[in-house]
Amino acid sequence: MKTPAIKKSMLSRIIPGLTSLTKRGLAGWLVLFGAIIVASIIIMTLIAPWIRPHDPSAIEIGPPLSPPSLQFPFGTTDMGGDMLSRVISGGGIMLQVAALSVIICLAAGAPLGLFSSYVGGITDRVFCLIMDSVYAFPSLVLAIAIAAMLGKGVVNMALSIAVVYVPSYFRVIRSQVLSIKEMSYVEAARAVGAKSGTILFRYILPNVVPSIVVILTVNFADAILTAAGLTFIGLGVPVDVPDWGWDLTNGRRLLNSGAWWVITFPGLMVILLALGFTFMGEGLSELLNPRLED
Amino acid sequence: MTLRTYIISRILLTIPMIFILLTMVFIVVRVLPGDPVLLHFEKAENPEAMEEMRRKLGLDKPLWIQYFDYLSGLLRGDLGKSMAPGFYPVAQQIFSAFPATLELAIFSMIIAVLIGIFLGVEAAKAYNKPKDHAIRIFGIVTYAIPVFFLGMIFQITLGVGLHLLPVGLRKSPTMDAPVGLNIGGINLSTGLYTVDSLLEGNIYKFVESLRYLVLPSLTLGLVLSGVFIRLTRSNMLETLRLDFVTAAKARGLKERVVTYGYALRNAFLPVLTMMGLQFATLLGGAILTETTFSWPGLGRYIVDRINFRDYTAIQGAIVVFGIFVSIVSLVVDLLYAYLDPRIRL
Repeated sequence: MKTPAIKKSMLSRIIPGLTSLTKRGLAGWLVLFGAIIVASIIIMTLIAPWIRPHDPSAIEIGPPLSPPSLQFPFGTTDMGGDMLSRVISGGGIMLQVAALSVIICLAAGAPLGLFSSYVGGITDRVFCLIMDSVYAFPSLVLAIAIAAMLGKGVVNMALSIAVVYVPSYFRVIRSQVLSIKEMSYVEAARAVGAKSGTILFRYILPNVVPSIVVILTVNFADAILTAAGLTFIGLGVPVDVPDWGWDLTNGRRLLNSGAWWVITFPGLMVILLALGFTFMGEGLSELLNPRLED
Repeated sequence: MTLRTYIISRILLTIPMIFILLTMVFIVVRVLPGDPVLLHFEKAENPEAMEEMRRKLGLDKPLWIQYFDYLSGLLRGDLGKSMAPGFYPVAQQIFSAFPATLELAIFSMIIAVLIGIFLGVEAAKAYNKPKDHAIRIFGIVTYAIPVFFLGMIFQITLGVGLHLLPVGLRKSPTMDAPVGLNIGGINLSTGLYTVDSLLEGNIYKFVESLRYLVLPSLTLGLVLSGVFIRLTRSNMLETLRLDFVTAAKARGLKERVVTYGYALRNAFLPVLTMMGLQFATLLGGAILTETTFSWPGLGRYIVDRINFRDYTAIQGAIVVFGIFVSIVSLVVDLLYAYLDPRIRL
């Protein structure tokens, strides 16, 4: 029937194939490069217990605050812990928080956007006004407020980040649906008597998916940076497992001693992770929504 | 639509936005947690002290009365009382912390826009050449840098390492704060140290204030510059293709005059809009930057109050952030309407 055709074209737009990616200029390379970075960090975090040289939580393995050396390539912490082991295993919390918040965002923002734009009228107006108000608010300030009220924890942190980014999904999906729903193929579906649900989920939704994928990757990068920011101002997750965000925060106290290695390596990992998602988002948005300049 | 009707309708539109914002803050801070006082004390160990705090702060009343008190207080410029001992008024504290944040925000925005426009123009001129790619990658990287990490790198290299610039605070503890202009017993001061020191006519204080401003505003400005790079680049790419640019070049005008004098002027309006949109992001970044550099502004105040579980103060500070952003976006929109006659049509 019609569905396989739609699915095929959708898939071929999202995953143009790894080989053809590199033939698409800078954008293709960005997607590929970003995906490799993200995948490597996820794999590293998963296999951390087998590849790290020391127990990341152990203290007094070496002298406190010793600079990078052959024995401790990333130096040691103020408690004499091994920085390299902490960097290898420190991505877990951040990845969990980011993934969870993106899932919450998607689960709340996408249906709201679909519903609001499809129903239209006063309902749509009210939703838009509320979403615009949240969107206009300084996102980090709002996340801080919610996180401060909810208290510490992975789920609470993810929730406070998610609330802030729901409007992004809502707006993008809403504007997409608004233009798609006027297209003649939707009109045709309505003319032959397709139900609203069928039109919305089978005919409109697949065409919105590319935009969702773009915003998802961008949102991932934002969520990681917000999580790091929340941790930095003391709203982080109080756990005994190593965390890049926590190491960065802790490193601020040690700045005056000149211990650059305590912040540099976890900081670079956060950048790398956020960069991976940003590269993917940039590349995808250029591949999926070609603009005038190209 | 005339300019006047536009201005009036734009101002009227701001009112429901601010109202929703205030309601949102009230729900997040006062309704959702159930009892902010219980949160403040963590455990219900001291019922008398808790009861006293509820009474002093008006938190013993029904929620809808609290909501009404909160809104009517705001109209009078009253942001409620702090949960700290003494129950001092929050508005006063915020008022004294605000200029530091404003000064940081202004300088960061200037730096972000200057870097953004310069690199954006350079990238557009070198379209699809290695220089263009390098600038674009730089722009993308700025999105991925945690602002406090960049700040700490600056502190450890330029501050602790090379002793070039101070790594924290707004002024050295030994220097008196600039007092502004004194005419006949009337004191004119803005709270912005750079402006006040000039009003005072004290160059030493001005230079000192600038020295303390450099690292925080460079940090925040750099992180924000990526958006402006991208925007300027794509607008310049379109503008440089237009006939009037070709005509200007044909007349033999210097390239710098054509790009900066002719083309950039056309690409500037979107930059102005973006300045308004980015202001919210800027304030978020300011909280982290202020924490990094112990900058005594509103962000530092919020973080400090969070550590004391002072929820009424947090609420006040967030309200001020929200209103500040709404006003800035209003001003930017009005400025835009004034500069671009098309919007009034």
